[in-house]
Amino acid sequence: MVTPEQHERPEPAEDTRGRGGLPGVLKGLATTARTALRPTHTHEYPDVAPDLPPRSRGVIALLEENCTSCMLCARECPDWCIYIDSHKETIPATTEGGRERQRNVLDRFAIDFSLCMYCGICIEVCPFDALHWSPQFEYAEVDILDLLHEKERLGEWMATVPPPPALDEKAAEPAEVAAASRPARGARGPAGGPGGAGSSRPPRTVRPRVVRGEGDGT
Amino acid sequence: MTLLEAALRAVAALAAFLVLPLLVGQAEHKVMAHMQGRLGPMYAGGFHGWAQLVADGVKFLQKEDITPRAADRWVFRLAPGVALVPYLLALALLPVHPGVAAVDVPGSLVLLLAATSVGALGTLMAGWSSANKYSLIGGLRAAAQLVSYELPLVLAVASVALAGGSLSLVGLVDAWSPWWLLWQLPGGVVFLVAAAAELQRPPFDMPVADAELVMGAWTEYTGLRFAFFLLAEYAGIVVMSVLFAVLWLGGWHGPFPDALGWLWTLAKGFVVALVVIWVRVAWPRLREDQLQRLAWLWLVPLGLFQVVLTGVGVVAGW
Repeated sequence: MVTPEQHERPEPAEDTRGRGGLPGVLKGLATTARTALRPTHTHEYPDVAPDLPPRSRGVIALLEENCTSCMLCARECPDWCIYIDSHKETIPATTEGGRERQRNVLDRFAIDFSLCMYCGICIEVCPFDALHWSPQFEYAEVDILDLLHEKERLGEWMATVPPPPALDEKAAEPAEVAAASRPARGARGPAGGPGGAGSSRPPRTVRPRVVRGEGDGT
Repeated sequence: MTLLEAALRAVAALAAFLVLPLLVGQAEHKVMAHMQGRLGPMYAGGFHGWAQLVADGVKFLQKEDITPRAADRWVFRLAPGVALVPYLLALALLPVHPGVAAVDVPGSLVLLLAATSVGALGTLMAGWSSANKYSLIGGLRAAAQLVSYELPLVLAVASVALAGGSLSLVGLVDAWSPWWLLWQLPGGVVFLVAAAAELQRPPFDMPVADAELVMGAWTEYTGLRFAFFLLAEYAGIVVMSVLFAVLWLGGWHGPFPDALGWLWTLAKGFVVALVVIWVRVAWPRLREDQLQRLAWLWLVPLGLFQVVLTGVGVVAGW
């Protein structure tokens, strides 16, 4: 009964015995019986909303006011599913003899969700937080062409975007908070910073400051 | 027996044949689901999906009945019937209550075993006539399996027949005593294992191993013919479970008045069917060589031992 191949195999006695000393077959029966007596994991979906994990990627929502038509998202999109049209409008000078300014006005912002692969690069790349992940996922269509959603529809999904999660304990201060709490440049002292003498302007840009220290493991 | 009585018995057997397998099938849906932490069908029919199998039947009815061009046409079309009808006959033979069986013949045990063996022929016919390599391998695996497991099955049943001194199922239940639970225990285990293998139920479902053989001998079947094979499988579970309840668990013997005897038989049979379902959920499929090893090295010797034990017991007058 014992063939040479069976000698080479690891001794099966360890495999067939469970922790409780039960043979594996009985252990299987016990496991299924125990599971049968416990509540099930099923959410009956159309009737009961599923518990989505935080940061679920359901659909991409657009906050139109934040969009400057910079086209970064459309250019970074791996499958080119974002369509943006815009035109420039001239704003008359606010003061007498001042310079006229131009600004971009968004005409069309559309995402083709039949092409989108939900990579989230557009959201990552947007410098003005105009794009957000929404956990909303119930936007199936009968016709694949109907999955091209314009900015009105994308804007409606903004209502479903959850607030950003709380920061981790001991996380770095958010850049915005750091910038707001920093003393203005002029108030630093009479000497001022290098080249900052007499300047009382607030900082123009808000950048996350990279703190070099023990966390910098590169 | 008048013509009316014969018709009534036939209708009763047919009704049992159409209802009991569906009950077992629904129980399998729900029990298996809960053993896997799911709910199973919940919508068909409203209350916990009770009509799921009815809906499945309607679906199968609507499907196209396809016969492959290369198939052996008549054998292919006949095979589901050959698989199904023997279980109808077997079900008709099973007694559920003192004196109540659709067909009561003196040698009902032998007739029942013969009928269930014919059912396997349907699988073989389907596999051979489908002109499909998966079907062929499935059919041959089924044949090998049935040859191996028929022997321990018959040995186990023979032991009970020997103990009860009868070949009639009714006579055997009348001869049954609680002492058999221990005395016939090895034979009971052999019967349960061999019955699951006869029915090609997991963990003995190599003939339909879907990861290897698509659906084995049933690969080419569609619609109602496919449904007949499924119905035959569940009717087989009913037959084997009630047979086990009748031979080993004492059929209608129970603590309550005799009027409830049929309920006892069916309840015992249902518990056995639940065990068959439980085993399906818990255990992985055996390999073909493991299956043969189990049959010839364990079940046949155990069955022979049971026959010897029963013989000694009968001679010694236990």
